[in-house]
Parts: sequence; C-alpha cells; structure tokens
Amino acid sequence: MNLAISATLNGVRRDVVFDDPRVTLLDLLRERLGLTGAKKGCDRGQCGACTVILDGRRVNSCLVLAATCEGADILTIEGLARGETLSAVQAAFIEHDALQCGFCTPGQIMSATAFLSEGGDWRDPEAIREGLSGNLCRCSAYAGIVEAVQAAGRRLETRKDAA
Amino acid sequence: MNSFEYIEPRTLDEALAAGGAAGAVYLAGGTNLVDLMKAGVARPARLVHIGRLEGLDRIETLPGGGLRIGALVRNADLAALAERYPLLVEATLSGASAQLRNAATLGGNLMQRPRCGYFFDPASACNKRQPGAGCDMIGGESRGAAILGASPSCVATHPSDLAVALLALDAVVEIAGPAGRREMPVDAFYRLPGDEPQRETELAAGELIVAARLPASEFAGHCRYVKARDRVSFAFALASAAAALRLDGGVIVEARLALGGVAPKPWRAREAEAALQGAKPSDETFAKAAAIALAGAAPVGDNAFKIELARRVAARALKLAAAGTRIPALPASPFGAAR
Repeated sequence: MNLAISATLNGVRRDVVFDDPRVTLLDLLRERLGLTGAKKGCDRGQCGACTVILDGRRVNSCLVLAATCEGADILTIEGLARGETLSAVQAAFIEHDALQCGFCTPGQIMSATAFLSEGGDWRDPEAIREGLSGNLCRCSAYAGIVEAVQAAGRRLETRKDAA
Repeated sequence: MNSFEYIEPRTLDEALAAGGAAGAVYLAGGTNLVDLMKAGVARPARLVHIGRLEGLDRIETLPGGGLRIGALVRNADLAALAERYPLLVEATLSGASAQLRNAATLGGNLMQRPRCGYFFDPASACNKRQPGAGCDMIGGESRGAAILGASPSCVATHPSDLAVALLALDAVVEIAGPAGRREMPVDAFYRLPGDEPQRETELAAGELIVAARLPASEFAGHCRYVKARDRVSFAFALASAAAALRLDGGVIVEARLALGGVAPKPWRAREAEAALQGAKPSDETFAKAAAIALAGAAPVGDNAFKIELARRVAARALKLAAAGTRIPALPASPFGAAR
C-alpha cells in the first residue's frame, strides 16, 4: 500500500511517500527523513523522548501514525534554532545544566517550549513539574530542568515587554 | 503490529460505511489504540481514521444552558470550560500527560480499554481479550483490581477520569451508527463485566460516539475531583472521586458522587448521594456518605487497601467540594489541598 502525505516540516513543505500504514510519525522522522533529534525511548507514549509539536500542540510522535499527518505542520528540535542562535529554552537548558546523558533532552525542550507557549505558569515550580510530567529523565536532571524552564519563561517575558 | 487497511473518510457517512465492515476499528487521537496495536492486543483489519472529520470537534452551548461537546474535542481543549464545568476540567487535567491530552479525544477517552497488565500482555490469560481463557489477575498481581462491580471473569478497572466527572454531571452520550442515531446516559453506556467482559460498552459494531451532552451547570461553585495514585502526576487512579454539591442555607440540597479506579466502569454512588441530601456539611456527614459508597466493596487478593483508600478519597472530595471549587497546580492531588 503506497501512502503519500504532504506536510510542513520545520517550515519547509515536504512531500513524503511511504509504503506501510504502520509507520509512526517518529519513525518517519528518524528513519526516512533523517531527523534523529526526536528519540525513541519507550515507543509507547510514556517517556516523552519523542515529543514534537504537531499543528501547534506537543504530542508523542510514537503514537501518531504518519498516514494521519496529511497537511500537518510539524516542528521538531531541529527547527527550533535560528541559524546558530539557540531558542530561549535551548539556551536555558545549557545554562542551567538541565541534562546529563541528553537522551531525553530534545523531548524535554520541545515539551517545555510548548508549555511556555500554552501560557503555562513558569513562576510556579509545581506547575512546571505537572506541565512536564510527560517527559521522564532517567538521569533525574529535574531540578535543572525546572530552573531552565523558569529562566526561559522569564527571558521570553522580558523580550515581550521590550517589544 | 499487524498490518491493516488504512481508510480516511471525508464525511461521517463515509466513516460509518467504512466502519461497519468486520474487523474495522475507528482511529482518532490514537493514544490508546496505537499503543494496544503495538502490544499486539488490538489487531484491526481496517483502520478508519476519523480524526479529521469536520463538525465533531466543536463545543456548543445549548438552549437552556447545557453543553454539547463533539467527540473529537481534544482533552486539553476541555480546559476552556473551567468556569462552567470545573469538575470536568479538574478530572480531565488530572489524566495522562500534556502530550497525551493534546492528542486524546473525548470519544477516545470514553472508549479507553483497561490498563490491566494481563489484558496488555497477550501471553497472559484474559477473558476480555479471549473469552473463556480465564483471568490471570485473579490470584496474580491484583493490587490495582476492582473492588466494586467485578465478576469472576474480569476484575479490571476502567481507567478514565473524564468519564467519572461526566457520570457525576449526568452527561448523555450521542451515538451514530449504520442504523441511525441514538443516545444514552453515561451510566447506561458502560456495562459491568458479568460473563461477557469483552463487551465494555453498549456500542454495537460500526457505531461511533459523536458527542457528549451536559445539562446546565449547577455545581460550579462546589465541586472537586480527587485522585489517589502512585505518583502525583501522569498515573492512573488507584481510587478517585468526583464530588459536586448544591448548598442552600448551610444544607446540602443536592449531592453527586462518582468514583474512578475502583470498578470496571465509572461508578456512581447514588445511595451515598441520597444520604447527603438534606444533611449539613461536616466531616461526619462525609465519612458516613463515603462508607455508604463503599459498603458493597470486596477485595481481590491483596488490594483491600483500596477500600479504605477510596472511602477516604470520597470523603476528602466531598469536604473539598463543600469548601469551594478550586483547581490547584496539581489537579486532583490530595496533597496540600485540605483546608
């Protein structure tokens, strides 16, 4: 069965043909489009390492069938930076040492990016922990992750005020 | 995952025509179904993707103040109802993770299969997966098993939080099928396992949930959802309770109480509700009502703790509802929420 979708991937329109309806969005990104930022952790929607932003919403790409993505707008970790300039969340993760092994980090960053754009309350550590509970970190870098989200939230608000 | 035919209908009629075939299954957000397919538990011959059908993703206010929520409304989008239906919002936001709530739909949430580990494992005996095979949870790891409404054929619990709130609020499920439309209250929509645990709802082959309807909001000022679980976020309920009260002059004039995580379906505690009517809110009143709600409970193996846990969760939810509605940063958390 040949399937074809046309989708916007990190701002670029792509026509993708694949041969099996079982292909998930995660596998399409990693195995067929060469975008290996989103990670395959549990592959069952429990760890969040595969988080991407699909039509403006963070989702577990391991549970999305690629065939359902006709016309979709997909943002992955590869699409966050502007050239060499990191996004506020990316920079804050580095500054606050919000990772150890780094495997969960692309998912954490995509999830945190969405949490902030959803208007999540970054001033409240409890709200951050709840908002990012779908992203597990086996190195337990959670303290740094919460600090990074707070710092990124503060920075984005400062920019908004300045604009 | 088995292979399947993939169909993307353009209209509801096309979907119903495609969904009536043997082995056909509807796919919306996929958060439960794709997981079950990866586990080898669901093996559909045909997937009918309804996720993009128009008109099923709206929330409409009805004449008289009620609400009609389309089956494809995402769980996350129910948060917009916090003013009018805070009970529904707190319950929904206490379920799953932000990523899953963004993908999961109302209809899919109501159609969730149990999270029983034996159901999810094709190497185990499960009457739900394979009628007549037996139940490995009975005599096995039964910590999470049902304490109300179970049968010797199945002791799995229903995993939804949202459905518990819908049940407490007297919601109605609207259904479309090859034979036309029908509707039924949430309570009648779900079945107890009896000797047919493979039939979890009254949906017939090819039928589809198209919406849930709620009566006008009467409980917005005094309602809470409380959920006890192994961690404070992103976990299924060991026991949960949706409580809603109408108070007048210091007296409870109407009470609603529904339990989650304790039965094969969302569990309405009508006798407890009757006992609350006309009573004054107090710890004693709520403890008595909670005891009535759990009066028929029986343990499966090692899970007698759930009976006392559910009793306390129910009493806590009633007490918090009486104190006034509030959705904390950790929705439905029993911690830090007592006043």
